[in-house]
Amino acid sequence: MAQPTDEAIATAEPATAEPAPAPARRDRTRFLRNPKTLTGLVILAGFVLIAIIGPWIAPHDPSARGPELLQPPSWQHLFGTTQTGQDIFSQILVGARGVLVVGFTAALIAGVLSVIVGVTAGYLGGLGDDLLSSVSNIFLVIPGLPLIIIIASFLPDTGDLAIAAIIGLTGWAWGARVLRAQTLSLRNRDYVQAAKATGESTPRIIVFELLPNLTAVIASGFIGTVIFAVLANVTLAFIGVADISDWNWGTVLFWAQSNQALAQGAWWWFVPAGLCIALLGTALALINFGIDEFINPRLRSPGKEDRAVRMRIGFTPVVRRDYPRDAAPAAAAPPAGPDAPDRPDAPDRPDGAEAPDAPEARGGTAPAGAADRPGTAGTDTGKESHR
Amino acid sequence: MKYLLQRLAFYAVTAWAAITINFVIPRLMPGDPVQALINRFQGQLSTKAIDSLYTLFGLDDERSLWQQYLDYWGNLLRGDLGTSFAFFPTGVGDIIAESLPWTLALMGVTTLISFVLGTGIGIYAGWRRGSWLDGLLPVTTFISSIPYFWLGLLAISVFAVQWRVFPASGGHDASVVPGMTWGFISSALYHALLPAITIVISAVAGWILGMRNMMVSVSSEDYVLVAQAKGLSERRVMFSYAARNAILPNISNFALSLGFIVGGTLLVEMVFSYPGIGYRLFQAVGAKDYPMMQGVFLIITLAVLAANLLADLAYMALDPRTRREA
Repeated sequence: MAQPTDEAIATAEPATAEPAPAPARRDRTRFLRNPKTLTGLVILAGFVLIAIIGPWIAPHDPSARGPELLQPPSWQHLFGTTQTGQDIFSQILVGARGVLVVGFTAALIAGVLSVIVGVTAGYLGGLGDDLLSSVSNIFLVIPGLPLIIIIASFLPDTGDLAIAAIIGLTGWAWGARVLRAQTLSLRNRDYVQAAKATGESTPRIIVFELLPNLTAVIASGFIGTVIFAVLANVTLAFIGVADISDWNWGTVLFWAQSNQALAQGAWWWFVPAGLCIALLGTALALINFGIDEFINPRLRSPGKEDRAVRMRIGFTPVVRRDYPRDAAPAAAAPPAGPDAPDRPDAPDRPDGAEAPDAPEARGGTAPAGAADRPGTAGTDTGKESHR
Repeated sequence: MKYLLQRLAFYAVTAWAAITINFVIPRLMPGDPVQALINRFQGQLSTKAIDSLYTLFGLDDERSLWQQYLDYWGNLLRGDLGTSFAFFPTGVGDIIAESLPWTLALMGVTTLISFVLGTGIGIYAGWRRGSWLDGLLPVTTFISSIPYFWLGLLAISVFAVQWRVFPASGGHDASVVPGMTWGFISSALYHALLPAITIVISAVAGWILGMRNMMVSVSSEDYVLVAQAKGLSERRVMFSYAARNAILPNISNFALSLGFIVGGTLLVEMVFSYPGIGYRLFQAVGAKDYPMMQGVFLIITLAVLAANLLADLAYMALDPRTRREA
């Protein structure tokens, strides 16, 4: 469910992700200092480690049957045993690899497709854009999970890579849509125009001028797809579509369900796998929040330097440095027409770079211009989200 | 009006694409899937079923692909979705017609509840950014990362096995005859409660997050500041100025994430053996009942398209700009 959030932000703020080179470096450390991102990265690293060394550190063979049937957790079997005496802890350890491999492979495929479709559509415009965005909208509207289930159950081979390919080939539309919106807002920037004027070729402009500025959006889409792919993969294994001879967390749940673990009160059989899925999903979502806040400064929770501003009841909790950024252009220039693709001077300024605290200036002049803003600012949003 | 026509055209194209995908998938699969199936069932399939299998996979060589496509459309337009393998003489359409009301009721009510609840909490959490409500965020993140079906398993083990408060499976008591009687309706509601709570808990988190982030963005807009400077009550500013503008993207997101919600609901039905479409799909997957699977996929897709159209109409009613462009 992290994806709707990204979408909302990308459409609402079509112009924010353009860090100028110098402050970008400072902002990057800010990205890593964000406690959410850090927590997410640490948990993810833990799972990656398990995925790599899991099969070696597993205390038992996950498929080997043992004499202790359906035992609750003990020191011998940390997560208990199954009905046939298999060690669930080992199954979880060994299964991590399949989950992560499918998640990242699928996201890689979907990411590449979404960049190709989204950036091309956004940059070219015209008929090509109409065609490509219709295709991605169609893929967006067709319910993904049932489609994946149908395709997977028709396939004779449903190993990890086949599943990853299906998820990747059907799950690129979200990313393409967000990237297209972002590219639309970038393509008329001065530096792109300048590159065009100096005669750079279109592929070169896309690769060297546009893509670097889309990195954050691409990364956020990638992680969103990993979350979706992990869930889809586990689901496919759980309902028995994917190959159940490979261990992954969904397979554990499949055996738990088909052996009536619930009715026998064997909670240890299905709780650990679900917790692992949820923990992995949370870690990825946290990283995505970090990226979102990096792209959209308004979402940042007040850090140490912002604590000086106290939130009061009856007052919009606005961090003070935001005022001049939004208010100044509105006061200086008339509101942009509804067809202006972006407001070039409004949100580009890197956070706090040259924003003197000037609430007095705002008080006098801004409201007059600001009264018209809802319409114009909102029109961008409305158009973007409904094309 | 132009906007509406554009949307209608888009949905028509999407419906065509979905139907065509449904037609193409079996024909793209490598090998001879029919022979594999016949071996699998070891003589349990009647000749008629085998014939329909060959038609389904497009392996009867007498017809061109184009002719098959036309036949497929002809059958669809007559409402013929094929014959189920698992429930052999029964048509797929009949089985779906029987299960669809269950799914529609469960999914419609839970989606509405989670949207209203999540948006409400999101408005408040976004408005009070920086307060204790931000503590909700990690919790909602965690919940939204939990697969629907696993939450369902957990709910069953706690409330149906441990405490025996709710029934663990089924849509109504076996002793009650379905019909418009009080006994049946109360039994159905009782059985629907646990699945419904599961879906609401899983789905609400996403709405909270989306709405909260939109509120945070909107509440630093100048017009919100102006509204406050005018001395309007906080309630009025929050709902009529900030939330009103923040909710629009949430509605278009609602339309777009419907497919995702539907997928989750299908899984909850599978876990609870709830007699809706998702459980049918689950049974069909287990029995390799291809016509059933395809029929379910088609109906789900068309239902999602219809729901999207409704969301578009709501958007048109709420956002005057879509009307002005016409």
